[in-house]
Amino acid sequence: MLYREAGDFKTSYRADQQTFPIMFDKVAFGIAIVIAYAVVPFVINDYWANAVLLPFLIYAIAAIGLNILTGYCGQVSLGSGGFMAVGAYACYKLMTSFPDMNIVICILLSGGITAGVGALFGLPSLRIKGFYLAVATLAAQFFLVWLFNKVQWFYNYSASGQINAPQREVLGFVVTGPNASPATVYIFCLVFLSVLAVIARNLTRGSAGRRWMAIRDMDIAAEIIGVNPLMSKLSAFAISSFYVGIAGALLFSVYLGAVEVGEVFGIQKSFLVLFMIIIGGLGSMFGSFAGAAFMVLLPVLLKNIMVGQFGWATDIAAHFEFAIVGFLIIFFLIVEPHGLAMLWRIIKEKLRLWPFPH
Amino acid sequence: MGADFYFGVEVFLNGLMAGVMYSLVALGFVLIFKASGIFNYAQGVMALFAALTLVGFQNGQVPFAHLINAIFGTDIHHFGWQMPTFFAIIFALLVMVIFAILVEKLVLKHLVNQEPIILFMATIGLAYFMEGFGDLMWGSDVKKLDVGIPQGGNFWIEENTAFLGGDDFYGFYLDTLDIYATVIAGILVSSLVVFSQYTKTGRALRAVADDHQAALSVGISLRTIWVIVWGIAGFVALVAGIMWGSKSGVQFSLSLIALKALPVLMLGGFTSIPGAIIGGLIIGVGEKMFEFLIGAPFLGGATENWFAYMLALVFLVFRPQGLFGEKIIERV
Repeated sequence: MLYREAGDFKTSYRADQQTFPIMFDKVAFGIAIVIAYAVVPFVINDYWANAVLLPFLIYAIAAIGLNILTGYCGQVSLGSGGFMAVGAYACYKLMTSFPDMNIVICILLSGGITAGVGALFGLPSLRIKGFYLAVATLAAQFFLVWLFNKVQWFYNYSASGQINAPQREVLGFVVTGPNASPATVYIFCLVFLSVLAVIARNLTRGSAGRRWMAIRDMDIAAEIIGVNPLMSKLSAFAISSFYVGIAGALLFSVYLGAVEVGEVFGIQKSFLVLFMIIIGGLGSMFGSFAGAAFMVLLPVLLKNIMVGQFGWATDIAAHFEFAIVGFLIIFFLIVEPHGLAMLWRIIKEKLRLWPFPH
Repeated sequence: MGADFYFGVEVFLNGLMAGVMYSLVALGFVLIFKASGIFNYAQGVMALFAALTLVGFQNGQVPFAHLINAIFGTDIHHFGWQMPTFFAIIFALLVMVIFAILVEKLVLKHLVNQEPIILFMATIGLAYFMEGFGDLMWGSDVKKLDVGIPQGGNFWIEENTAFLGGDDFYGFYLDTLDIYATVIAGILVSSLVVFSQYTKTGRALRAVADDHQAALSVGISLRTIWVIVWGIAGFVALVAGIMWGSKSGVQFSLSLIALKALPVLMLGGFTSIPGAIIGGLIIGVGEKMFEFLIGAPFLGGATENWFAYMLALVFLVFRPQGLFGEKIIERV
């Protein structure tokens, strides 16, 4: 590292709770933000936007959402795919029912609707814990996918059963539909991610976050010291679902454009988001980003190497990808159960002392 | 009694049969959970992998043929011989035991004392790995599995029950394969019970299930027990894989039966073998009857996808430990 710390001299809670206690980190973060907003949009092209950046931004939102629920509040959910579907279909219904409404409001409202659905499916969490809850959230996953398949009202009685995003503009820029340029779409998602990430960070270090963590560590003890389990668990479910719903809405309206519920929001998606937060690090903001980046980049990388370099058939590459993802998950759990975020922390500690470790 | 009533009875019987199939998968879960406290998500993929291996041995497929062809540009796929079913089953079983040993050595050993949720995630990783690995090894096309169990409707039952209803009732339609599955599941469960009650290893298994530390202190090797349990679970997976594979072909969707076994477990309780059986029967009958009475006429069908989970969800709210599970006691 390029900096040395002399010790821990914090004198106020404010200083103790800082997101970036070290100036160097603050500057580095600032530079990253400037690059993301001011440089990337000018060099972005279709391939990078569609293969890497957009999925990363959108899945990062979903990962933050699930991390709030699983990482901070300790309630394992396998229903993220279903909740993303709620966001997507709510967004579709809002966009087609109120064509004049701004797309931003549509997406925020669909997040709100998903929050309601999430809180509803979170109700059993008051009685059910651990694995049992994880399996109970599967009920949400399968029921929601079935619902959006069977009830034609949700996809406006279209023959194909698909939903298609109509073209919408924000401040004169096209953001949805086939005419949207990669740069505007990128900025659109980036703004959502930035705002949501800041809110999530502040929620998790505030009193709400402390309540969640108390519930996660031991819910009975938390209840005894005066944390209301009903409110904490349900708020975690609602807020987490809000994020996941927005991710689903963005995935549908901005990224994919056309969605068939069983294909896009199946159980595999729930596992994908879960893997992101496990590999990234449970209960860590940085982990949500790192995990999302990892799980988005890994398939692209493997595909480029195996199909692009070796010229193998895509199905062999796909099988390899499965095996490698599985292997990596086990590997990470064995080496560092707390994920990339913890590895990063360890590296920083090591580098801080380098090259004189004693 | 009208034909509708008898048709309902037929749905009920078929539900029971389907329930037996669910129980077969759930059984593997319970064995591992009891012995090691690990919720083994990979059980379904183990069934798939076992079935794939069995078919591969039967047809004399070359393992990793696609991969070898892709790397070396060759064109090999079969050894050119057929293995008798009995030997193929023995070999597949051997592979599952080797797999059990590897899992213990490479994964579980390193994850001792981690939280249950971490172990659960590890088995999800294991499931992904095995899925990719199995496909790489044997190819991902849908395979037909034939171990000599007859299939199709059972005419004997159909002819001998036709007299029950009126003119438009032709007797109960029951799949012969399902009847075989029921018998085999019965044999499997009773032999497991005999094994755990009357053998030395079985006693050790029960001791470990009861209390890890106490078992360790009387000299039972936890790691050996784990290998044995995963081996037995591999055997159960093989049986389940044979049954499901004969029914609907050996293919990717086979691994999804693991998800169907979850509500079965939640109903029956994670730690009870009779619970797994009865839970399976309840889920099987419940989802078939719900589809027959409410789902198909009023909700547009395909309710089988979620009914089991909803049933389990509602049930758990009233009885969090399942029907036969041990009472959950939590202390601060």
